[in-house]
Amino acid sequence: MTIKEIQDSIVEDFSMFDDWMDRYAMLIEMGKECPIIDDQYRNDQYLINGCQSRVWLHAELKDGKVYFTADSDAVITKGIINLLIKVFSGQTPEDILAADLSFLDEIGLKEHLSPTRSNGLLSMLKQMMLYAEAFKSIQ
Amino acid sequence: MDINEIRKQFPVLDQQVYGKPLVYLDNAATTQKPLCVIERERDYYLHENCNIHRGVHYLSQMATEAYENARKTVARFINAPESHEIVFTRGTTESLNLLATSLGYLLSPKKVLVTAMEHHSNLVPWQQMVQRHGGELLVVPMDDNGVLDLQAYEELLKRGPQIVAMAHVSNTLATINPVKEMIKLAHHYGALAVVDGAQSMAHLPIDVQDLDCDFFVFSGHKMYAPMGIGGLYGKTEWLEKMPPYQFGGEMVDTVSFEKTTFNKLPFKFEAGTPNVGAALGLETAIKFIENFDRQEVAQHEDTLVAATMEGLSKIEGMRFIGQAPERSGLVSFIIDGIHPYDLGTIIDKMGVAVRTGHHCAEPVMTRFGIPGTVRASFAVYNSLEEVNILVHAVNRAANMLR
Repeated sequence: MTIKEIQDSIVEDFSMFDDWMDRYAMLIEMGKECPIIDDQYRNDQYLINGCQSRVWLHAELKDGKVYFTADSDAVITKGIINLLIKVFSGQTPEDILAADLSFLDEIGLKEHLSPTRSNGLLSMLKQMMLYAEAFKSIQ
Repeated sequence: MDINEIRKQFPVLDQQVYGKPLVYLDNAATTQKPLCVIERERDYYLHENCNIHRGVHYLSQMATEAYENARKTVARFINAPESHEIVFTRGTTESLNLLATSLGYLLSPKKVLVTAMEHHSNLVPWQQMVQRHGGELLVVPMDDNGVLDLQAYEELLKRGPQIVAMAHVSNTLATINPVKEMIKLAHHYGALAVVDGAQSMAHLPIDVQDLDCDFFVFSGHKMYAPMGIGGLYGKTEWLEKMPPYQFGGEMVDTVSFEKTTFNKLPFKFEAGTPNVGAALGLETAIKFIENFDRQEVAQHEDTLVAATMEGLSKIEGMRFIGQAPERSGLVSFIIDGIHPYDLGTIIDKMGVAVRTGHHCAEPVMTRFGIPGTVRASFAVYNSLEEVNILVHAVNRAANMLR
């Protein structure tokens, strides 16, 4: 699936719920399904440090596509990073860098988009883009 | 005490967040401001605004008088012998930076003693200062309940720290430290005693003469006053000896290109134009506090704390961080297997505002081996009904997150 198709399906999943609790329940589920980072990478080098919860993110390039793994000590944070992983994992660095991110507004997680929010979506997103940028340059 | 009547003075409380009534339990971070305080500051800008201590004109004289009266009110509130012993600052953090910098110049201390439960503001300034002088920071340990080890404290005092800095009330553990006893011991071993009153001013009566502390610092915004105003009390003999910390207008006596002599106390420590409006707001906040029977307020807050602990203790895996016998104003907790950030995020959606994280006291979290806590902190306007909403919300969130 293309990034756009995955985004649309996530938006559709989230739109089934009017209630924020159901949306968070879904995020929590997603947190539990996160492709977990290998223990060797669970260290400060791969840490996206924030005030509230810790997130580790690793990426590798296989056959021209980027694959992400991650972990967090907070399950909602883990759900958010897995949401992004679902969208970007298995895509080319070029496609990742070119992705339209407006789907984030549509799934009602806007409060996580604040640049000042510790460990917000934005810092995770930025780290993923940095990986894509780095892989693009070595290809 | 009629909580509903009190709440009417705090319009900010009367609102909905995410369609739910706001339950504001983050008072240790900052309290809300009553109408009288808001109106006092507004009135100042509507009718009295002027730079102080400088103008010969009417408005300036009136504003100067009002500002100096506010200083007298603060002095009276904490029973300082002289109003010139009150220095207005931006708050606790600035007061402590002033002290660390100025006492650093004066004493070049090789050893400073702090406690294991300090807020970063009462830790980092001392740490940086003592490191600059090639010295070391000593730390009084605490037990699993969040009670300081006074025997260890005395042993550490024997190592000769020049300064002891201690929280009156811990912002994470709620512990009320036996500061009077600790100050006495500090003096016995020749150390100066600094008390961080950020978390005690709104909750406990403060008498700096009875405590016999050399310095006492506090923030206005944690005691119903505006942000950007706070204070430093210091004994005259020390304030006189201490060199200024910031330089500029107002704090000088005479200036030439070769030499400057400095103004008398407290102006020597108040460089630049102060936050006059906020100082007047602080005075009004003090009067607001004094209008209550403080014993009754303390009992009310203790009732809220007890009800919170009772309600939360029924939740599986609940662990209270800080269980000292002498406590004030707040409850810090963590639930096994649930990250405080997750819990805070979910209960926020239910309208409940609490603080999550390390509360600017990372060493405390390290001591207890936890990433942070959820902290519910109370003020005079909180009700038992709000405690029930909190307990219900935490229950629901825990079920979701498990």
